[in-house]
Amino acid sequence: MKWPVALVIGLCLTVVFVAAALLSFVWTPHEVEALNIAAKLKKPGAAHLLGTDHFGRDILSMLMVGARTSIAVAIVAVGIGMGLGVPLGLLAAARHGSWLDDLVMRGNDLVFAFPSLVIAILITAVFGPSAFNAIVAIGIFNMPVFARVTRGGALSVWTLDYILAARVAGKSKLRISLEHILPNIANLLIVQGTIQFSLGILAEAGLSYVGLGAQPPLPSWGRMLADSQTMISFAPHLAIFPGLAIIATVLGLNLIGDGLRDLLDPRIRRER
Amino acid sequence: MLRFILSRALTLALSLLVASLVIFAMIEVIPGDPAAFMLGLNAEPDTVAALRAELGLDGSLPERYLRWVGGMLTGDFGISYTYQVPVAELVGARLGVSLPLALFSLLLSTLIALPVGLFAAARRGRPADWAIMGTTQFGIAIPNFWFAMILVVIFAIELRWFSAGGFPGWDQGFWINIKALFLPAIALALPQAAILARVMRSAVLEVLSQDFIRTARAKGLNQRQTLIHHAFRNALIPVLTIIGLQFSFLIAGAIIIENVFFLPGLGRLIFQGITQRDLIVVESVVMLLVFAVILVTFLVDIAYALADPRLRRPQ
Repeated sequence: MKWPVALVIGLCLTVVFVAAALLSFVWTPHEVEALNIAAKLKKPGAAHLLGTDHFGRDILSMLMVGARTSIAVAIVAVGIGMGLGVPLGLLAAARHGSWLDDLVMRGNDLVFAFPSLVIAILITAVFGPSAFNAIVAIGIFNMPVFARVTRGGALSVWTLDYILAARVAGKSKLRISLEHILPNIANLLIVQGTIQFSLGILAEAGLSYVGLGAQPPLPSWGRMLADSQTMISFAPHLAIFPGLAIIATVLGLNLIGDGLRDLLDPRIRRER
Repeated sequence: MLRFILSRALTLALSLLVASLVIFAMIEVIPGDPAAFMLGLNAEPDTVAALRAELGLDGSLPERYLRWVGGMLTGDFGISYTYQVPVAELVGARLGVSLPLALFSLLLSTLIALPVGLFAAARRGRPADWAIMGTTQFGIAIPNFWFAMILVVIFAIELRWFSAGGFPGWDQGFWINIKALFLPAIALALPQAAILARVMRSAVLEVLSQDFIRTARAKGLNQRQTLIHHAFRNALIPVLTIIGLQFSFLIAGAIIIENVFFLPGLGRLIFQGITQRDLIVVESVVMLLVFAVILVTFLVDIAYALADPRLRRPQ
């Protein structure tokens, strides 16, 4: 099977960032927390590949550690969304048309109605800004997305003949959901998962940018951008590199999502 | 149709009820007594108690909830702790910035996205389509606040075409304010336009694959006529839904963008409310934003059903 170009490019971008994040656990070009005022606001050069910030910290090192924060926040947020949303979606589909289905779907609509960032801001304002609360806020808004995708996918699988056969054979709805429905909608969930992952990275950057995400000394791309704002006229590199890091990561994940969808769904592939 | 509208209106009312409960509950969990906070550390206990009574903080929870909701229903949003003016007045003034900003960017994103999406669909699989789709991938990946900062560097600091932020106020004339909103609107609109263009493209492609398009071509319409008269209009229905959904993103995005450009809008109001513990402002403004989003969703649903009778059946 030929791999879609989007998937290959996306995987390359993502591997670079995951590798940078993992590498930062054991090695960074410079100490992230080392302040060196003498070397502050250096332009990109040999000593500091991407330059230094106003405290003389190495931008590349901060970006590597920041990748860790972004990836961790997004992974856990997607995990929360999947962990709660998928069972709800399966339940709604198994009890299609019942009050339970209605309840899940109306609850979904309600969460969708809240502008997610507004509520994320509320949550972090109430419980204090921290990476953990950012995760919770982003995770809650992933939940209805997964519930909806799961329910939609599951409903179409439920109409298939072999599900009827399993029913006739006496399998419970729970076992059918877990043994037949879930594996059949795994494709959908993986694709949605990559997309939500990229949205999570954008959301984390946004929250950190307004000071409601990861707190110092934990480096984060969003906060690097916020710090750079007052210096942008004379040190634009402070703003450019974290921004490019966010774009490349989000782009990579979106391309993976698109590519996987093409690869896993032959119907779409034919239509394109 | 009437039944459809009624059932949607019921959902709308229920959503608002639950939303108000959630927001009220969350605000109640905030640690710290606003009255003590306002008066500072050295305040006498009886002064704090007096202020608590004045602010209505001493009632029971259900009592305070009912007073809050009842007030909002009659247009009384309470009095801001910090500004000492009615919240409704504050919100009214801030809406004068946020609403034009949201509409301006919605307009920009629609004007850009629809033609671009239509064009890409017409050139499907050709270099122009690839280029457009590639560009939109970038557009989706760009954080709008970063884009805003870059716009400021290029157009405000380097070229000096626009100011880097601030808002003169509508009494200073129309165009000067439009100019002040231009960069923020672009920053908000372009990432949304990227999404919308993709939706438009696939909606047009979907329509183009249907039989009546073949009929139109067979009866002698050329490709341009088919695209404009048949594909464009039929593709608008799904596109409208997405535009409605984007309203919610625009509101959320505006909160951050207003902070980048120092625009005195609702977003900055919420922010200041949170940092100053001005809970009345925070809960009322959040409730208003949620109301706006729920209302837009309701209106889009109705518009959708008006345009497509098949959707009026109860699901």
